[in-house]
Amino acid sequence: MVKVFIYPATSLILSDMVERFGHTPLSSAIAIRERIQTAGLESPPLQITPEEPKKGLKWAAVEVPAGVRGRMSLYGPMIGECEAAIIINDADLAFGCMGCARTNELIKFLIHQKEIPKLELFYPKNEEEGVKFVAAIKRFLTELGASK
Amino acid sequence: MTLPVRIAQLSCGPEYSGIQHEIDTAARQVGGEVFYPDVALKDILRDFNMFGLDVRSPDLKLAIARAMALVDGRVEADAVFIATCFRCAEAAIVRNELRRYINEHSKLPVVSYSFTERTTSGTLLTRMEALTTIARRRALLARETQQGITLGLDSGSATTKAVVMKDNKIIGTGWQPTTEVLKSAQDVIAHALSEAGITRDEVQAVGTTGYGRFLVGKEIHADLIQEELTVNSKGAVYLANRQHGPATVIDIGGMDNKAITVMDGIPGVFTMGGICAGASGRFLEMTAKRLGVDITELGPLSMKGFGGRVPMNSYCIVFGTQSLVNALAAGSTREDVAAAACHSVAEQVFEQQLQEVDIKEPVIMVGGTSLIEGLVFAMGELLQTKIVVPPYSQYIGAVGSALLVSGFIKDD
Repeated sequence: MVKVFIYPATSLILSDMVERFGHTPLSSAIAIRERIQTAGLESPPLQITPEEPKKGLKWAAVEVPAGVRGRMSLYGPMIGECEAAIIINDADLAFGCMGCARTNELIKFLIHQKEIPKLELFYPKNEEEGVKFVAAIKRFLTELGASK
Repeated sequence: MTLPVRIAQLSCGPEYSGIQHEIDTAARQVGGEVFYPDVALKDILRDFNMFGLDVRSPDLKLAIARAMALVDGRVEADAVFIATCFRCAEAAIVRNELRRYINEHSKLPVVSYSFTERTTSGTLLTRMEALTTIARRRALLARETQQGITLGLDSGSATTKAVVMKDNKIIGTGWQPTTEVLKSAQDVIAHALSEAGITRDEVQAVGTTGYGRFLVGKEIHADLIQEELTVNSKGAVYLANRQHGPATVIDIGGMDNKAITVMDGIPGVFTMGGICAGASGRFLEMTAKRLGVDITELGPLSMKGFGGRVPMNSYCIVFGTQSLVNALAAGSTREDVAAAACHSVAEQVFEQQLQEVDIKEPVIMVGGTSLIEGLVFAMGELLQTKIVVPPYSQYIGAVGSALLVSGFIKDD
Protein backbone atom coordinates (compact mmCIF):
# COMPACT_ATOMS: atom_id res chain seq x y z
CA MET A 1 0.00 0.00 0.00
CA VAL A 2 1.38 3.38 -1.08
CA LYS A 3 0.40 6.86 0.03
CA VAL A 4 -0.48 8.66 -3.19
CA PHE A 5 -0.91 12.44 -3.36
CA ILE A 6 -3.39 13.42 -6.01
CA TYR A 7 -3.64 16.70 -7.87
CA PRO A 8 -6.20 18.24 -8.00
CA ALA A 9 -6.54 17.18 -4.39
CA THR A 10 -10.32 17.58 -4.61
CA SER A 11 -10.76 14.96 -7.33
CA LEU A 12 -13.10 12.32 -5.96
CA ILE A 13 -12.61 10.19 -9.10
CA LEU A 14 -8.85 10.08 -8.63
CA SER A 15 -9.18 9.50 -4.92
CA ASP A 16 -11.57 6.62 -5.57
CA MET A 17 -9.26 5.04 -8.16
CA VAL A 18 -6.28 5.19 -5.79
CA GLU A 19 -8.31 3.45 -3.10
CA ARG A 20 -9.61 0.76 -5.47
CA PHE A 21 -6.05 -0.25 -6.19
CA GLY A 22 -5.37 -0.67 -2.51
CA HIS A 23 -3.44 2.53 -1.92
CA THR A 24 -4.08 5.48 0.38
CA PRO A 25 -5.07 8.67 -1.38
CA LEU A 26 -3.72 11.87 0.14
CA SER A 27 -6.36 14.37 -0.84
CA SER A 28 -9.01 16.68 0.53
CA ALA A 29 -12.49 15.30 0.99
CA ILE A 30 -14.26 18.15 -0.80
CA ALA A 31 -16.62 17.52 -3.67
CA ILE A 32 -16.99 20.15 -6.39
CA ARG A 33 -20.73 20.59 -6.73
CA GLU A 34 -22.78 21.51 -9.76
CA ARG A 35 -23.96 24.71 -8.14
CA ILE A 36 -21.49 26.82 -6.22
CA GLN A 37 -23.07 28.33 -3.11
CA THR A 38 -19.95 28.60 -1.00
CA ALA A 39 -17.28 31.32 -0.92
CA GLY A 40 -14.91 29.31 -3.10
CA LEU A 41 -15.00 26.33 -5.43
CA GLU A 42 -13.36 24.09 -2.82
CA SER A 43 -14.43 25.78 0.39
CA PRO A 44 -13.03 23.92 3.37
CA PRO A 45 -15.65 21.94 5.31
CA LEU A 46 -14.24 23.12 8.61
CA GLN A 47 -13.37 26.65 9.49
CA ILE A 48 -9.75 27.52 8.97
CA THR A 49 -8.35 29.86 11.60
CA PRO A 50 -5.78 32.63 11.11
CA GLU A 51 -3.26 30.19 12.65
CA GLU A 52 -3.20 28.06 9.48
CA PRO A 53 -1.59 30.72 7.25
CA LYS A 54 1.05 31.08 9.96
CA LYS A 55 1.70 27.31 9.91
CA GLY A 56 1.94 27.68 6.12
CA LEU A 57 5.08 29.78 6.59
CA LYS A 58 6.96 26.48 6.56
CA TRP A 59 6.31 26.26 2.81
CA ALA A 60 5.89 29.88 1.71
CA ALA A 61 7.35 33.14 3.00
CA VAL A 62 5.33 35.88 4.64
CA GLU A 63 5.13 37.92 1.42
CA VAL A 64 3.16 35.06 -0.16
CA PRO A 65 -0.62 35.69 0.05
CA ALA A 66 -2.35 34.34 3.15
CA GLY A 67 -4.66 32.16 1.05
CA VAL A 68 -1.67 30.30 -0.39
CA ARG A 69 -0.14 29.75 3.03
CA GLY A 70 -3.47 28.63 4.50
CA ARG A 71 -3.80 25.99 1.78
CA MET A 72 -0.18 24.95 2.19
CA SER A 73 -0.77 24.27 5.88
CA LEU A 74 -3.16 21.54 4.70
CA TYR A 75 -1.41 20.24 1.61
CA GLY A 76 2.22 20.76 2.68
CA PRO A 77 2.16 17.90 5.23
CA MET A 78 0.48 15.62 2.65
CA ILE A 79 3.23 16.35 0.13
CA GLY A 80 5.80 15.61 2.81
CA GLU A 81 4.15 12.30 3.60
CA CYS A 82 3.38 11.02 0.08
CA GLU A 83 5.27 8.14 -1.51
CA ALA A 84 3.85 8.62 -5.00
CA ALA A 85 1.84 11.28 -6.83
CA ILE A 86 -0.59 11.67 -9.71
CA ILE A 87 -0.87 15.10 -11.31
CA ILE A 88 -3.63 15.92 -13.76
CA ASN A 89 -3.05 19.19 -15.60
CA ASP A 90 -5.75 21.44 -17.06
CA ALA A 91 -8.53 19.39 -15.52
CA ASP A 92 -12.17 20.28 -15.98
CA LEU A 93 -13.51 22.14 -12.92
CA ALA A 94 -16.01 19.33 -12.32
CA PHE A 95 -13.20 16.74 -12.21
CA GLY A 96 -11.72 18.53 -9.24
CA CYS A 97 -10.06 21.85 -8.80
CA MET A 98 -8.29 24.02 -6.28
CA GLY A 99 -9.17 27.69 -6.22
CA CYS A 100 -5.78 29.35 -6.17
CA ALA A 101 -3.40 29.11 -9.14
CA ARG A 102 -0.41 30.23 -7.08
CA THR A 103 -0.92 27.39 -4.59
CA ASN A 104 -1.31 24.98 -7.48
CA GLU A 105 2.03 26.08 -8.93
CA LEU A 106 3.75 25.63 -5.58
CA ILE A 107 2.18 22.22 -4.93
CA LYS A 108 3.21 20.90 -8.33
CA PHE A 109 6.73 22.27 -7.89
CA LEU A 110 7.12 20.59 -4.51
CA ILE A 111 5.92 17.27 -5.93
CA HIS A 112 8.33 17.58 -8.87
CA GLN A 113 11.15 18.08 -6.37
CA LYS A 114 10.42 14.78 -4.62
CA GLU A 115 12.11 11.64 -5.83
CA ILE A 116 9.03 9.45 -5.84
CA PRO A 117 7.08 7.66 -8.60
CA LYS A 118 4.94 10.23 -10.40
CA LEU A 119 2.38 10.18 -13.12
CA GLU A 120 1.63 13.46 -14.86
CA LEU A 121 -1.15 13.62 -17.44
CA PHE A 122 -3.31 16.18 -19.22
CA TYR A 123 -7.03 15.96 -18.72
CA PRO A 124 -8.59 14.10 -21.71
CA LYS A 125 -10.49 16.12 -24.30
CA ASN A 126 -12.33 13.24 -26.01
CA GLU A 127 -13.34 9.63 -25.47
CA GLU A 128 -10.24 8.16 -27.06
CA GLU A 129 -8.01 10.25 -24.83
CA GLY A 130 -10.25 9.35 -21.91
CA VAL A 131 -9.67 5.62 -22.37
CA LYS A 132 -5.89 6.14 -22.55
CA PHE A 133 -6.09 8.44 -19.51
CA VAL A 134 -7.79 5.84 -17.32
CA ALA A 135 -5.50 3.08 -18.60
CA ALA A 136 -2.41 5.11 -17.73
CA ILE A 137 -3.64 5.71 -14.18
CA LYS A 138 -4.51 2.02 -13.75
CA ARG A 139 -1.09 0.95 -15.00
CA PHE A 140 0.64 3.42 -12.67
CA LEU A 141 -1.32 2.29 -9.64
CA THR A 142 -0.84 -1.40 -10.46
CA GLU A 143 2.91 -0.95 -10.87
CA LEU A 144 3.02 0.95 -7.59
CA GLY A 145 1.47 -2.07 -5.89
CA ALA A 146 3.93 -4.46 -7.53
CA SER A 147 6.93 -2.39 -6.52
CA LYS A 148 5.96 -2.51 -2.87
CA MET B 1 -38.07 43.39 12.06
CA THR B 2 -35.73 44.97 9.48
CA LEU B 3 -34.49 42.56 6.88
CA PRO B 4 -30.70 42.28 6.72
CA VAL B 5 -28.89 44.02 3.89
CA ARG B 6 -27.75 41.31 1.50
CA ILE B 7 -24.08 41.74 0.71
CA ALA B 8 -22.78 39.61 -2.15
CA GLN B 9 -19.25 38.43 -1.52
CA LEU B 10 -16.94 38.03 -4.52
CA SER B 11 -13.68 36.70 -3.21
CA CYS B 12 -10.60 34.59 -3.51
CA GLY B 13 -8.84 33.28 -0.43
CA PRO B 14 -10.72 34.48 2.67
CA GLU B 15 -11.53 30.99 3.93
CA TYR B 16 -8.04 29.58 3.55
CA SER B 17 -6.70 32.79 5.11
CA GLY B 18 -8.89 32.09 8.12
CA ILE B 19 -10.80 35.37 7.98
CA GLN B 20 -14.20 34.44 6.54
CA HIS B 21 -15.59 34.49 10.06
CA GLU B 22 -14.34 38.07 10.48
CA ILE B 23 -16.13 39.17 7.29
CA ASP B 24 -19.37 37.52 8.43
CA THR B 25 -19.09 39.06 11.90
CA ALA B 26 -18.49 42.58 10.57
CA ALA B 27 -21.51 42.32 8.29
CA ARG B 28 -23.75 40.98 11.07
CA GLN B 29 -22.73 43.77 13.44
CA VAL B 30 -24.16 46.37 11.05
CA GLY B 31 -27.30 44.50 10.06
CA GLY B 32 -25.85 42.93 6.95
CA GLU B 33 -25.74 39.35 5.73
CA VAL B 34 -22.96 38.08 3.53
CA PHE B 35 -23.95 35.60 0.85
CA TYR B 36 -22.24 33.93 -2.08
CA PRO B 37 -24.11 34.39 -5.37
CA ASP B 38 -25.29 31.00 -6.53
CA VAL B 39 -23.83 30.14 -9.95
CA ALA B 40 -23.76 26.87 -11.86
CA LEU B 41 -20.40 25.24 -12.40
CA LYS B 42 -21.11 24.96 -16.12
CA ASP B 43 -21.75 28.73 -16.36
CA ILE B 44 -18.45 29.75 -14.80
CA LEU B 45 -16.34 29.08 -17.88
CA ARG B 46 -18.88 30.71 -20.21
CA ASP B 47 -19.10 33.91 -18.12
CA PHE B 48 -15.37 34.01 -17.51
CA ASN B 49 -14.65 33.74 -21.24
CA MET B 50 -17.23 36.41 -21.98
CA PHE B 51 -15.64 38.78 -19.46
CA GLY B 52 -12.34 38.39 -21.25
CA LEU B 53 -9.84 38.63 -18.40
CA ASP B 54 -7.63 35.57 -18.70
CA VAL B 55 -6.76 34.69 -15.10
CA ARG B 56 -5.67 31.27 -13.89
CA SER B 57 -7.09 30.95 -10.39
CA PRO B 58 -10.43 29.09 -10.47
CA ASP B 59 -11.78 31.11 -7.51
CA LEU B 60 -11.10 34.33 -9.44
CA LYS B 61 -12.98 32.86 -12.40
CA LEU B 62 -15.82 32.14 -9.98
CA ALA B 63 -15.72 35.75 -8.73
CA ILE B 64 -15.95 37.00 -12.32
CA ALA B 65 -18.93 34.74 -13.05
CA ARG B 66 -20.62 35.95 -9.87
CA ALA B 67 -20.08 39.60 -10.79
CA MET B 68 -21.70 38.94 -14.17
CA ALA B 69 -24.64 37.19 -12.49
CA LEU B 70 -25.16 40.26 -10.28
CA VAL B 71 -24.96 42.72 -13.16
CA ASP B 72 -27.25 40.61 -15.35
CA GLY B 73 -29.79 40.42 -12.53
CA ARG B 74 -29.61 36.62 -12.29
CA VAL B 75 -28.79 37.10 -8.60
CA GLU B 76 -30.16 39.91 -6.47
CA ALA B 77 -28.12 41.78 -3.89
CA ASP B 78 -28.12 45.12 -2.05
CA ALA B 79 -24.35 45.63 -2.02
CA VAL B 80 -21.11 43.98 -3.08
CA PHE B 81 -17.99 43.16 -1.10
CA ILE B 82 -14.94 42.20 -3.15
CA ALA B 83 -12.11 40.65 -1.17
CA THR B 84 -8.87 39.00 -2.25
CA CYS B 85 -5.53 38.16 -0.71
CA PHE B 86 -3.13 41.02 -0.09
CA ARG B 87 0.03 40.71 -2.25
CA CYS B 88 -1.62 38.64 -4.99
CA ALA B 89 -1.11 40.49 -8.27
CA GLU B 90 -3.56 38.38 -10.24
CA ALA B 91 -6.26 38.96 -7.63
CA ALA B 92 -5.53 42.70 -7.50
CA ILE B 93 -6.20 42.97 -11.23
CA VAL B 94 -9.48 41.06 -10.90
CA ARG B 95 -10.52 43.06 -7.84
CA ASN B 96 -10.06 46.35 -9.66
CA GLU B 97 -11.73 45.24 -12.85
CA LEU B 98 -14.74 43.75 -11.06
CA ARG B 99 -15.17 46.85 -8.95
CA ARG B 100 -15.10 48.98 -12.11
CA TYR B 101 -17.39 46.61 -14.01
CA ILE B 102 -20.05 46.53 -11.28
CA ASN B 103 -19.84 50.28 -10.77
CA GLU B 104 -20.31 50.96 -14.48
CA HIS B 105 -23.08 48.45 -15.08
CA SER B 106 -25.16 48.57 -11.92
CA LYS B 107 -26.17 50.80 -9.03
CA LEU B 108 -24.83 48.44 -6.41
CA PRO B 109 -22.48 50.01 -3.86
CA VAL B 110 -19.12 48.25 -3.92
CA VAL B 111 -16.22 48.07 -1.55
CA SER B 112 -13.06 46.17 -2.28
CA TYR B 113 -10.50 44.99 0.22
CA SER B 114 -7.26 43.03 0.24
CA PHE B 115 -6.83 41.04 3.41
CA THR B 116 -4.16 39.17 5.31
CA GLU B 117 -4.67 36.57 8.01
CA ARG B 118 -4.52 39.45 10.49
CA THR B 119 -7.64 41.18 9.15
CA THR B 120 -10.26 41.49 11.87
CA SER B 121 -13.96 42.28 11.89
CA GLY B 122 -13.08 45.61 13.52
CA THR B 123 -11.04 46.60 10.48
CA LEU B 124 -13.91 45.75 8.18
CA LEU B 125 -16.68 47.26 10.29
CA THR B 126 -16.73 50.82 8.91
CA ARG B 127 -16.62 49.54 5.33
CA MET B 128 -19.48 47.12 5.95
CA GLU B 129 -21.43 49.80 7.77
CA ALA B 130 -21.04 52.13 4.80
CA LEU B 131 -22.33 49.41 2.46
CA THR B 132 -25.41 48.83 4.60
CA THR B 133 -25.97 52.57 5.05
CA ILE B 134 -25.96 53.17 1.30
CA ALA B 135 -28.33 50.24 0.77
CA ARG B 136 -30.70 51.22 3.61
CA ARG B 137 -30.55 54.97 3.74
CA ARG B 138 -30.62 56.07 0.12
CA ALA B 139 -33.46 58.46 0.85
CA LEU B 140 -31.57 60.02 3.75
CA LEU B 141 -28.37 60.32 1.69
CA ALA B 142 -30.36 62.11 -1.00
CA ARG B 143 -31.07 64.96 1.47
CA GLU B 144 -29.69 68.21 0.02
CA THR B 145 -30.56 70.86 2.61
CA GLN B 146 -30.31 71.11 6.34
CA GLN B 147 -33.41 72.14 8.24
CA GLY B 148 -34.11 73.25 11.81
CA ILE B 149 -31.36 73.32 14.43
CA THR B 150 -29.03 70.32 14.40
CA LEU B 151 -25.72 69.37 15.90
CA GLY B 152 -23.13 67.21 14.15
CA LEU B 153 -20.18 65.68 15.95
CA ASP B 154 -17.15 63.99 14.39
CA SER B 155 -15.13 62.04 16.95
CA GLY B 156 -12.03 61.41 14.86
CA SER B 157 -8.81 59.57 15.66
CA ALA B 158 -6.78 62.77 15.78
CA THR B 159 -9.32 65.55 16.35
CA THR B 160 -12.89 65.99 17.52
CA LYS B 161 -15.12 68.47 15.71
CA ALA B 162 -18.63 69.79 16.29
CA VAL B 163 -20.88 71.94 14.18
CA VAL B 164 -24.23 73.57 14.92
CA MET B 165 -26.39 74.25 11.88
CA LYS B 166 -29.57 76.24 11.55
CA ASP B 167 -31.70 76.54 8.43
CA ASN B 168 -28.96 75.35 6.09
CA LYS B 169 -26.23 77.54 7.61
CA ILE B 170 -23.31 76.74 9.93
CA ILE B 171 -23.68 78.94 12.97
CA GLY B 172 -21.22 77.41 15.42
CA THR B 173 -18.10 75.26 15.34
CA GLY B 174 -15.83 73.54 17.84
CA TRP B 175 -12.51 71.77 17.32
CA GLN B 176 -9.85 70.18 19.50
CA PRO B 177 -7.38 67.30 19.47
CA THR B 178 -8.97 64.04 20.62
CA THR B 179 -7.71 63.09 24.06
CA GLU B 180 -10.39 61.58 26.27
CA VAL B 181 -13.05 60.74 23.72
CA LEU B 182 -16.10 61.81 25.76
CA LYS B 183 -14.49 64.88 27.28
CA SER B 184 -13.20 66.09 23.92
CA ALA B 185 -16.70 65.66 22.52
CA GLN B 186 -18.34 67.57 25.37
CA ASP B 187 -15.80 70.39 25.03
CA VAL B 188 -16.26 70.91 21.29
CA ILE B 189 -20.04 70.71 21.62
CA ALA B 190 -19.96 73.38 24.34
CA HIS B 191 -17.79 75.57 22.12
CA ALA B 192 -20.00 75.13 19.07
CA LEU B 193 -23.17 75.87 21.06
CA SER B 194 -21.62 78.93 22.67
CA GLU B 195 -20.48 80.27 19.28
CA ALA B 196 -23.95 79.63 17.87
CA GLY B 197 -25.55 81.31 20.86
CA ILE B 198 -28.04 78.54 21.49
CA THR B 199 -28.63 76.04 24.27
CA ARG B 200 -28.48 72.25 24.05
CA ASP B 201 -32.25 72.09 24.59
CA GLU B 202 -32.86 74.08 21.44
CA VAL B 203 -31.04 71.49 19.31
CA GLN B 204 -33.65 69.38 17.54
CA ALA B 205 -31.48 66.47 16.43
CA VAL B 206 -27.93 65.22 16.96
CA GLY B 207 -25.73 63.10 14.70
CA THR B 208 -22.34 61.51 15.36
CA THR B 209 -19.66 60.05 13.12
CA GLY B 210 -15.97 59.09 13.33
CA TYR B 211 -14.15 56.45 15.36
CA GLY B 212 -15.82 57.42 18.61
CA ARG B 213 -19.30 57.67 17.10
CA PHE B 214 -20.86 54.82 19.07
CA LEU B 215 -19.46 55.81 22.45
CA VAL B 216 -20.23 59.51 22.04
CA GLY B 217 -23.51 58.83 20.27
CA LYS B 218 -24.74 56.79 23.21
CA GLU B 219 -23.60 59.38 25.72
CA ILE B 220 -25.25 62.37 24.02
CA HIS B 221 -28.33 60.42 22.88
CA ALA B 222 -27.65 60.91 19.18
CA ASP B 223 -30.51 60.45 16.74
CA LEU B 224 -28.13 59.27 14.01
CA ILE B 225 -24.87 57.38 14.42
CA GLN B 226 -23.28 56.82 11.05
CA GLU B 227 -19.84 55.88 9.74
CA GLU B 228 -17.64 58.55 8.22
CA LEU B 229 -17.49 57.24 4.65
CA THR B 230 -21.06 58.15 3.75
CA VAL B 231 -21.24 61.12 6.12
CA ASN B 232 -18.03 62.73 4.86
CA SER B 233 -18.86 62.25 1.22
CA LYS B 234 -22.29 63.77 1.80
CA GLY B 235 -20.75 66.68 3.69
CA ALA B 236 -18.17 67.18 0.94
CA VAL B 237 -20.59 67.47 -1.97
CA TYR B 238 -22.89 69.64 0.16
CA LEU B 239 -20.18 72.13 1.11
CA ALA B 240 -18.64 72.13 -2.36
CA ASN B 241 -22.11 72.64 -3.83
CA ARG B 242 -21.68 69.59 -6.08
CA GLN B 243 -24.69 67.57 -5.00
CA HIS B 244 -25.58 66.55 -8.52
CA GLY B 245 -23.51 64.49 -10.92
CA PRO B 246 -20.23 62.72 -10.24
CA ALA B 247 -17.49 63.71 -7.79
CA THR B 248 -14.55 62.16 -5.99
CA VAL B 249 -13.95 62.84 -2.32
CA ILE B 250 -10.48 62.43 -0.80
CA ASP B 251 -10.05 62.62 2.96
CA ILE B 252 -6.50 62.15 4.26
CA GLY B 253 -7.11 61.60 7.93
CA GLY B 254 -5.02 61.27 11.04
CA MET B 255 -5.18 57.50 11.08
CA ASP B 256 -6.55 56.43 7.73
CA ASN B 257 -7.48 57.79 4.35
CA LYS B 258 -10.69 57.61 2.42
CA ALA B 259 -11.31 57.87 -1.30
CA ILE B 260 -14.94 57.85 -2.37
CA THR B 261 -16.59 58.24 -5.75
CA VAL B 262 -19.98 59.86 -5.46
CA MET B 263 -22.91 60.14 -7.85
CA ASP B 264 -25.68 62.59 -6.95
CA GLY B 265 -24.43 62.68 -3.39
CA ILE B 266 -24.53 58.92 -2.90
CA PRO B 267 -21.25 56.99 -2.60
CA GLY B 268 -20.66 54.31 -5.23
CA VAL B 269 -17.15 52.95 -4.76
CA PHE B 270 -14.97 53.67 -1.80
CA THR B 271 -11.71 52.60 -0.27
CA MET B 272 -10.50 53.18 3.20
CA GLY B 273 -7.01 52.40 4.25
CA GLY B 274 -3.63 53.45 5.34
CA ILE B 275 -1.04 50.71 5.33
CA CYS B 276 1.26 52.94 7.31
CA ALA B 277 1.10 56.30 9.01
CA GLY B 278 3.55 57.53 6.36
CA ALA B 279 0.56 58.10 4.09
CA SER B 280 -1.52 59.97 6.64
CA GLY B 281 -1.87 63.32 8.32
CA ARG B 282 0.28 62.01 11.17
CA PHE B 283 3.38 62.17 8.99
CA LEU B 284 2.69 65.82 8.19
CA GLU B 285 2.25 66.53 11.89
CA MET B 286 5.63 64.93 12.56
CA THR B 287 7.19 66.88 9.71
CA ALA B 288 5.86 70.15 11.11
CA LYS B 289 7.19 69.28 14.54
CA ARG B 290 10.65 68.41 13.16
CA LEU B 291 10.71 71.62 11.13
CA GLY B 292 9.74 73.58 14.22
CA VAL B 293 6.55 75.03 12.78
CA ASP B 294 2.89 74.73 13.71
CA ILE B 295 0.92 72.36 11.46
CA THR B 296 -1.00 75.41 10.18
CA GLU B 297 2.27 76.88 8.89
CA LEU B 298 3.35 73.73 7.03
CA GLY B 299 1.13 74.49 4.01
CA PRO B 300 2.43 78.00 3.29
CA LEU B 301 6.00 76.83 3.97
CA SER B 302 5.72 73.95 1.52
CA MET B 303 4.35 76.23 -1.20
CA LYS B 304 7.66 78.12 -1.12
CA GLY B 305 9.69 74.97 -1.64
CA PHE B 306 10.34 72.48 -4.43
CA GLY B 307 9.74 68.88 -3.35
CA GLY B 308 11.68 67.41 -6.28
CA ARG B 309 14.94 68.49 -4.67
CA VAL B 310 14.47 66.16 -1.69
CA PRO B 311 14.19 62.38 -2.15
CA MET B 312 11.46 61.19 0.20
CA ASN B 313 9.35 58.09 0.40
CA SER B 314 7.07 58.11 3.39
CA TYR B 315 5.60 54.64 2.79
CA CYS B 316 6.68 54.05 6.37
CA ILE B 317 6.60 56.90 8.88
CA VAL B 318 9.95 55.85 10.35
CA PHE B 319 11.75 55.78 7.00
CA GLY B 320 9.95 58.95 5.96
CA THR B 321 11.23 60.72 9.04
CA GLN B 322 14.69 59.32 8.32
CA SER B 323 14.59 60.86 4.82
CA LEU B 324 13.46 64.12 6.37
CA VAL B 325 16.30 64.17 8.90
CA ASN B 326 18.88 63.17 6.26
CA ALA B 327 17.68 65.90 3.90
CA LEU B 328 17.94 68.57 6.60
CA ALA B 329 21.37 67.29 7.63
CA ALA B 330 22.49 67.46 3.99
CA GLY B 331 21.53 71.12 3.85
CA SER B 332 18.08 71.01 2.23
CA THR B 333 15.89 73.99 3.02
CA ARG B 334 12.89 73.66 5.32
CA GLU B 335 10.67 74.78 2.45
CA ASP B 336 11.90 71.99 0.16
CA VAL B 337 11.56 69.40 2.91
CA ALA B 338 8.00 70.56 3.66
CA ALA B 339 7.09 70.36 -0.01
CA ALA B 340 8.67 66.91 -0.31
CA ALA B 341 6.69 65.66 2.71
CA CYS B 342 3.43 66.89 1.17
CA HIS B 343 4.30 65.33 -2.17
CA SER B 344 5.23 62.05 -0.50
CA VAL B 345 1.91 61.74 1.37
CA ALA B 346 -0.06 62.69 -1.75
CA GLU B 347 1.90 60.16 -3.79
CA GLN B 348 1.28 57.34 -1.30
CA VAL B 349 -2.46 58.04 -1.29
CA PHE B 350 -2.42 58.28 -5.09
CA GLU B 351 -0.58 54.97 -5.48
CA GLN B 352 -2.26 52.97 -2.73
CA GLN B 353 -5.82 54.18 -2.75
CA LEU B 354 -6.80 56.29 -5.69
CA GLN B 355 -6.00 53.37 -7.98
CA GLU B 356 -8.89 51.54 -6.30
CA VAL B 357 -11.49 54.10 -7.36
CA ASP B 358 -12.13 55.71 -10.72
CA ILE B 359 -11.42 59.39 -10.30
CA LYS B 360 -14.32 61.51 -11.46
CA GLU B 361 -14.09 65.29 -11.45
CA PRO B 362 -14.54 67.43 -9.48
CA VAL B 363 -12.08 66.08 -6.93
CA ILE B 364 -12.97 67.42 -3.49
CA MET B 365 -10.43 67.27 -0.66
CA VAL B 366 -11.76 67.44 2.88
CA GLY B 367 -10.62 66.92 6.45
CA GLY B 368 -8.01 68.82 8.41
CA THR B 369 -5.24 67.98 5.95
CA SER B 370 -7.11 69.74 3.14
CA LEU B 371 -6.04 73.00 4.81
CA ILE B 372 -2.38 72.17 4.09
CA GLU B 373 -1.97 73.92 0.75
CA GLY B 374 1.15 71.99 -0.19
CA LEU B 375 -0.72 68.69 0.10
CA VAL B 376 -3.63 69.90 -2.00
CA PHE B 377 -1.19 71.28 -4.58
CA ALA B 378 0.73 67.97 -4.71
CA MET B 379 -2.48 65.99 -5.12
CA GLY B 380 -3.62 68.32 -7.90
CA GLU B 381 -0.29 67.83 -9.68
CA LEU B 382 -0.56 64.05 -9.42
CA LEU B 383 -4.16 63.95 -10.61
CA GLN B 384 -3.66 66.72 -13.16
CA THR B 385 -6.74 68.52 -11.98
CA LYS B 386 -7.75 71.49 -9.87
CA ILE B 387 -8.76 70.23 -6.45
CA VAL B 388 -11.81 71.74 -4.77
CA VAL B 389 -11.43 72.50 -1.06
CA PRO B 390 -14.82 73.65 0.23
CA PRO B 391 -15.26 76.07 3.15
CA TYR B 392 -15.35 74.36 6.57
CA SER B 393 -13.59 71.36 4.96
CA GLN B 394 -11.97 70.48 8.30
CA TYR B 395 -15.45 70.04 9.82
CA ILE B 396 -16.65 67.77 7.05
CA GLY B 397 -17.87 64.87 9.20
CA ALA B 398 -19.63 67.16 11.63
CA VAL B 399 -21.32 69.07 8.80
CA GLY B 400 -22.36 65.83 7.06
CA SER B 401 -23.83 64.59 10.34
CA ALA B 402 -25.69 67.82 11.04
CA LEU B 403 -27.08 67.81 7.50
CA LEU B 404 -28.20 64.18 7.51
CA VAL B 405 -29.63 64.19 11.01
CA SER B 406 -32.03 66.98 10.09
CA GLY B 407 -33.97 64.18 8.40
CA PHE B 408 -34.63 62.89 11.92
CA ILE B 409 -36.28 66.03 13.28
CA LYS B 410 -39.68 65.07 14.55
CA ASP B 411 -42.59 67.22 13.44
CA ASP B 412 -44.37 68.73 16.42
